[in-house]
Amino acid sequence: MSRDRGKPGWRSLPIGSALLEPGSSVKYKTGDWRAFRPVLDEKKCTNCLICWIFCPEPAIRRKEKTVEIDYDFCKGCGICAAECPVKAITMTEE
Amino acid sequence: MRTRLGFTGDEALAFAAKQSTVDVVSAYPITPQTIMVELFSEYVANGEVDTNFVCVESEHSAMSACVGASLTGARVLTATASQGLALMHEMMYIASGLRCPIVMGVANRALSAPINIHGDQSDMMGSRDCGWIQIYCENAQESYDWTLQAFKIAEDPNVLLPVTVNLDGFILSHAMEGVEVLTDEEAKRFLPPSKIDCRLDPKKPTTIGALCLPDYYFEFKKQQDEAMKHVQAALLRTAEEYAKLSGRRYGILNTFEAEDADAMIVCLGSTAGTVRSVVKELRAKGKKVGLVNLWLYRPFPAKEIADTIAKSKVVIVFDRALSFGAPYGALCQDVVSAMYGSKSKPLITNVVYGLGGRDITPSEIASVYEDGLRAAKSGHVEEQVKFVGVRE
Repeated sequence: MSRDRGKPGWRSLPIGSALLEPGSSVKYKTGDWRAFRPVLDEKKCTNCLICWIFCPEPAIRRKEKTVEIDYDFCKGCGICAAECPVKAITMTEE
Repeated sequence: MRTRLGFTGDEALAFAAKQSTVDVVSAYPITPQTIMVELFSEYVANGEVDTNFVCVESEHSAMSACVGASLTGARVLTATASQGLALMHEMMYIASGLRCPIVMGVANRALSAPINIHGDQSDMMGSRDCGWIQIYCENAQESYDWTLQAFKIAEDPNVLLPVTVNLDGFILSHAMEGVEVLTDEEAKRFLPPSKIDCRLDPKKPTTIGALCLPDYYFEFKKQQDEAMKHVQAALLRTAEEYAKLSGRRYGILNTFEAEDADAMIVCLGSTAGTVRSVVKELRAKGKKVGLVNLWLYRPFPAKEIADTIAKSKVVIVFDRALSFGAPYGALCQDVVSAMYGSKSKPLITNVVYGLGGRDITPSEIASVYEDGLRAAKSGHVEEQVKFVGVRE
């Protein structure tokens, strides 16, 4: 990962570690950092949104009757599973 | 006829800053630097300058404020010494990493413990790898001249790196000398108001200093290293322009009787003045001794040093700081490295002196030269690292 070809070299990068494009962190996917994957049981989910509030990423998306986990960004910290009051989220090894 | 004013090294730096159209100053007082910003704050209070003076609660905050100000395209000055520089250490890497051309006066002072407010170069030597350009002054005139030049070097588009202008604590910071100054108009012609890009522009949102992982960090460090390679050329261009204006010519290093010297001293800062007077005395007695003092310490002018000392038989490097556990003091390590690739191999010895403000006397320097000349004859060095002036 650290020597990704195709990424710009030092000659073409703007100086002083500047990111010229605002909001570009959405392009930086962190899902591959994950060792454990939160798996949601939609039947148990009461849509209380405690996971949505606690997720530090945030990688929990709201849907009409339940939530959805964004695996592109979820780092697998497990806070959602720990906080879920109805145990609708379980952490499974990747 | 040039105007000559009586200035301490600190005052000379403040006066040069006054003539440099500085937009922002943020600093915290610490001996022996205090007078630099104290005098500058008087200029601000008197309305003599149009500078935003930001009072802060620590040197860490001072450097943080300077970084933010510099990113808006402002010309920025700060100053510190010793413990204050140590507290800034973390932020100094950020200033250089974000390529902020800040100029900082450092009145070099010993580091605790035990606490000591007097001059040695331990503070700056401890921060020598921070990515800052480092200039050492020999006297108050140089403090004035280098401060004006420092802004120009820092802001060179190929460089964009921060600079420290180093003055030996008390010896330079507090001793008054006659200093020849430019007129305000001349100074302004030499150093027009800042044209640095504003990188904190609400109309062009940019993220600066964001997390940078193994896939990008290395490239930014390489950029910084490349910028360092442009410093010498920027310095020489600046020095040339300054020489035309002031009649005083600066450069990378300053030599005295170096051409045919058998024993050569290499040093930084005010000690050069004392060494020069000893060289004059010894030359009058027919002894072939010489001096090279570095104005520019970082980036280290390895080739220029090697070329200057190559013909000497013995080179004695003076370090006014200890690098505990290292084979030599910091300057001597650099000089030894510079000579590794050189065809000629003079004997190199190290003198550690003057810690905590202890004076080094002309007779001590003369005796160092005598030791050097003896070694030049015998080809043998008695003591590789010698502590001069310490009680047994």
